[in-house]
Amino acid sequence: MILDAGTGVTFDWSFFWGHILEPSSAWLTGLWRTIYISVISQALGVVLGFLITIVRRSRLAPLRAVGSFYVWVVRGTPLLVQLVLVYNGLAATGIYKFSDITVGDVTVLGVVQAAILTLAVHEGAYMSEIIRASLDAVDHGQIEAAAALGMTPSLTMRIIHIPQAVRIVIPPLGNEFNLMMKNTTLLSVIGLQEMFLTAQDINSTTFKTFEIFAVAGCYYLFLTTVWGFVQRGIERKLGDPSMRVPRQSALTRLTGIGSRSTVRVEH
Amino acid sequence: MAHHTNREADITHDPGTVLSARNVVKRFGALTVLDGVSLDVHRQEVVVMIGRSGSGKTTFLRCLNHLESIDSGEVLVNGRRVGYREETDQPVEESPSKIAVARRNIGFVFQHFNLFAHLSALDNITAAPIKVLGLPKNEAQERARDLLKRVGLADKADARPSTLSGGEKQRVAIARALAMRPELMLFDEPTSALDPEMVGEVLAVMKELATEGMTMIVVSHEMSFARSVADRLVMFDSGHIVEQGPPERLITAPQHDRTRSFLRLLTDGA
Ligand SMILES: Nc1ncnc2c1ncn2[C@@H]1O[C@H](COP(=O)(O)OP(=O)(O)O)[C@@H](O)[C@H]1O
Ligand SMILES: [Mg+2]
Repeated sequence: MILDAGTGVTFDWSFFWGHILEPSSAWLTGLWRTIYISVISQALGVVLGFLITIVRRSRLAPLRAVGSFYVWVVRGTPLLVQLVLVYNGLAATGIYKFSDITVGDVTVLGVVQAAILTLAVHEGAYMSEIIRASLDAVDHGQIEAAAALGMTPSLTMRIIHIPQAVRIVIPPLGNEFNLMMKNTTLLSVIGLQEMFLTAQDINSTTFKTFEIFAVAGCYYLFLTTVWGFVQRGIERKLGDPSMRVPRQSALTRLTGIGSRSTVRVEH
Repeated sequence: MAHHTNREADITHDPGTVLSARNVVKRFGALTVLDGVSLDVHRQEVVVMIGRSGSGKTTFLRCLNHLESIDSGEVLVNGRRVGYREETDQPVEESPSKIAVARRNIGFVFQHFNLFAHLSALDNITAAPIKVLGLPKNEAQERARDLLKRVGLADKADARPSTLSGGEKQRVAIARALAMRPELMLFDEPTSALDPEMVGEVLAVMKELATEGMTMIVVSHEMSFARSVADRLVMFDSGHIVEQGPPERLITAPQHDRTRSFLRLLTDGA
């Protein structure tokens, strides 16, 4: 069915719904890559961010400088530039070429390795800022109370500091993952066949530009929406009653209409 | 038995003295907050410290368990130095783990309670006995429930701090400190952040503790508490102890102008 309003506007609904309801296997492969690359990169980014935070809180000034330098460089340059440098740049200068690795039945493409590495390194810098702010947001009086009870700094970190910082970190971490899923579209420039590049390929053979990118938009919207619900669930589960996110209607959750601030931190 | 004497212990130490602060000097940059403060506290003694805001009372208490480093002088608890060790006649700051061990013996109650917000009242009390002393969980919980009963909060074991009143929070904080079975308790204005109607319940707990023979240093301007509980009243001014003695004498016949004007301020203000 072709919608023609007589003004030359055409939108191929059957093409659109066909791709939404019965995605090709190439599309599903792209979708799957988008998902697992996002999840793995985010997880590594959190770990890396935590390590950088520790380094930046070190008692040794040179270590702190290394951490700050890392954050400065990574946050100060575009992800697109970082991707091309890591995947194409390193190979072009002969420093390192990412090649496929096969472990058992699983083959990890070189380009996927480069993508995950770059996204994780990129995300690590942002997570470090978020984790640092969350640690700082924990009431200092409680840290002192722990010290006064004879807890060592590392014990205090484990049982008082981190458990409370985690609650503060969850909402911004959720936003980061939302951004991460959308940022995977940039992987198309290094030729990684994720969902966006699959859409581009379909576009170049069908010229149904609006339709196919509308399909892609719908898929990303679906991913971020599902994640939004998951994030709410985590926030509600982790919070203590005084910090708990109030239950909201589905409309509020989806659109933000009528929502208040998402975290309250008690001091 | 002389060869069994612990080398870290001070040989001049009198076993009746729990705390001995000698010439403690503390500076924040150019500001000298403690200008050579000395104080000995005997076992089971209750010392109440008064003095105007900014005179250094909080800083002094914090130096006693090394929440603040000191610039010179020394603090001994049971004859052992807190925070420093002697090394080629230069005091060197102890490692964080050694400092932590020294603090086990010194309870600290803060003006703003500082309860662990993510833990129930019971878990606030059991955290350090389990993780620091290695007490089995059920034993620590038994100890905590006993303490909650003592401070009148037996029914609040599962309550989060955010659901407790100020007076309840402070009583949990006292129970938390007591769970480590310290030999010395330090209280920094434990009732000054409370609504007036809650001051009494906290002071009652402290009074009972004093009756049971706990050694205590209490920064407080609750003069009726000082009169009835304190063995000694200590007047702080500009980083010095300007006067000390039995509370009755200090209150009725202060020797120092600063004490006189401060006490007048207290009775007029409150
Ligand atoms: N961390 C700090 N840094 C700088 N100055 C401080 C710090 N803590 C306390 N002071 C200063 O030390 C002085 C004594 O403070 P404090 O011990 O809190 O007095 P008090 O408890 O008697 O009111 C005040 O002038 C205060 O501003
Ligand atoms: Mg004070």
